[in-house]
Amino acid sequence: MAATDRAAARLKAAGLTAWRWIKGVTKGVGGGVIATQAATAATLPEDRAELVYHSYDGGGVKATGPALLVRKSLADRVSFSASYYVDAVSNASIDVVTTASPFKETRKTYDLGMDWLVRDSIVSLGVYTSREPDYNVDTASLDVSHEVFGGMSTVSLGFTRSSDEVLAVNEPNFKERARHWQYRAGLTQVLSPRWIASFNIEAVSDEGYLGSPYRAARVFGAAVPERMPRTRSSRAIKLRTIYDFGDGPWRTAVRVEYRHFWDNWDIKAGTVEIGASQYFGGNWLVDVGWRSHAQDKALFYSDNAQTETRFVTRNRQLSTFKSDSLIAKATWTPRSDWTNKYDLKLTGVFERKQFRFDDFTDSRTGAKYEHDANLFQILVSARF
Amino acid sequence: MKRLALLLLVALGAAGCSPIQPWVKPYERERLADPLMQWNRSALSERHREHVHNVREAARGATGVQGGGCGCN
Repeated sequence: MAATDRAAARLKAAGLTAWRWIKGVTKGVGGGVIATQAATAATLPEDRAELVYHSYDGGGVKATGPALLVRKSLADRVSFSASYYVDAVSNASIDVVTTASPFKETRKTYDLGMDWLVRDSIVSLGVYTSREPDYNVDTASLDVSHEVFGGMSTVSLGFTRSSDEVLAVNEPNFKERARHWQYRAGLTQVLSPRWIASFNIEAVSDEGYLGSPYRAARVFGAAVPERMPRTRSSRAIKLRTIYDFGDGPWRTAVRVEYRHFWDNWDIKAGTVEIGASQYFGGNWLVDVGWRSHAQDKALFYSDNAQTETRFVTRNRQLSTFKSDSLIAKATWTPRSDWTNKYDLKLTGVFERKQFRFDDFTDSRTGAKYEHDANLFQILVSARF
Repeated sequence: MKRLALLLLVALGAAGCSPIQPWVKPYERERLADPLMQWNRSALSERHREHVHNVREAARGATGVQGGGCGCN
């Protein structure tokens, strides 16, 4: 009799476990296939202004400048944004010092955006323009994001079309064009009150002049103008997640992301970024992270080609290399009546980068090329 | 065993007919809105980092950032 009771109790426990599992599955997975009424609506980005001073210094290139972004909404329906970004570049990179003379130039970009809130969707339109003495870009983009399952999932689709004008400062008659098409989709999923994840995919197609009029390739030890294909097609997928630990003024979160990239130039690349964020009381938020990027070379990349081929380049961006970065970021929120009113935040970012090339040599020494770089940003942001 | 499988099938089917409730309550959403849980906290900061990577690495895209355009050769 006791044995029968124990068997019945085990059966009941097994039944309860199965029922809890079914509830979990229908709650988690069922949400992905069955529509329901939305409990909340999508929200527009906050009205904020950001001012940044940014700097990159490494490999003989120094690029610094200010950037400003202002965002303002009207009637809680439409949010407009405008930004201005400057890169003052001083270039004495290894390509430049071994084949030409160091130079300075300034790149200025402007962009205007509009986000339109329609029930649980946000429709975003943007135009962007970038101006340099020898490279001009005009871009238009359209993105739509839509919240489903009561705001637990957000799906997004986007398209960008760019048109570039390529010039050469030393050749007034040189003028080429390149066009780019970007198609992207994404899913952001709330998994629990402490855990979110997202998946993004993007396809990019290019057509036109995809090289540099200044860059030289090396064939049988001699410098020749690079010969680049006029089309390229690439795919990238990215997975990322954030998990929040703890409560109160000492909360911590960890984040992990990975991007896999491949294209029809035979380049494959993987980029991983891992970080942790920690509040220190009510005033400080500190982030530390590590980023690692590794890629294989393009089919037609060669440091010193030993056969004649239709396409050849010595662009080290298309070579086999590895880059690691250590990232530190600190945000300070001063507390006073005035700063609280505007939610003023001051942020400093420092990133130490390392580039190690496998098949790009320094032609002055014959050694594999490597260099370090420092990225630095100071940001001020406020609500208005 | 067959009965249990049938029960599971019926339970799953029945659950499919009911509306799915958001599994994060409204009072729990404050945590998700915290800067700690945001992919990017500053658009300009991310744009700078993305440009630095776009002009030095062959990989591009799927950053989760709307818009785009590189301006790099």
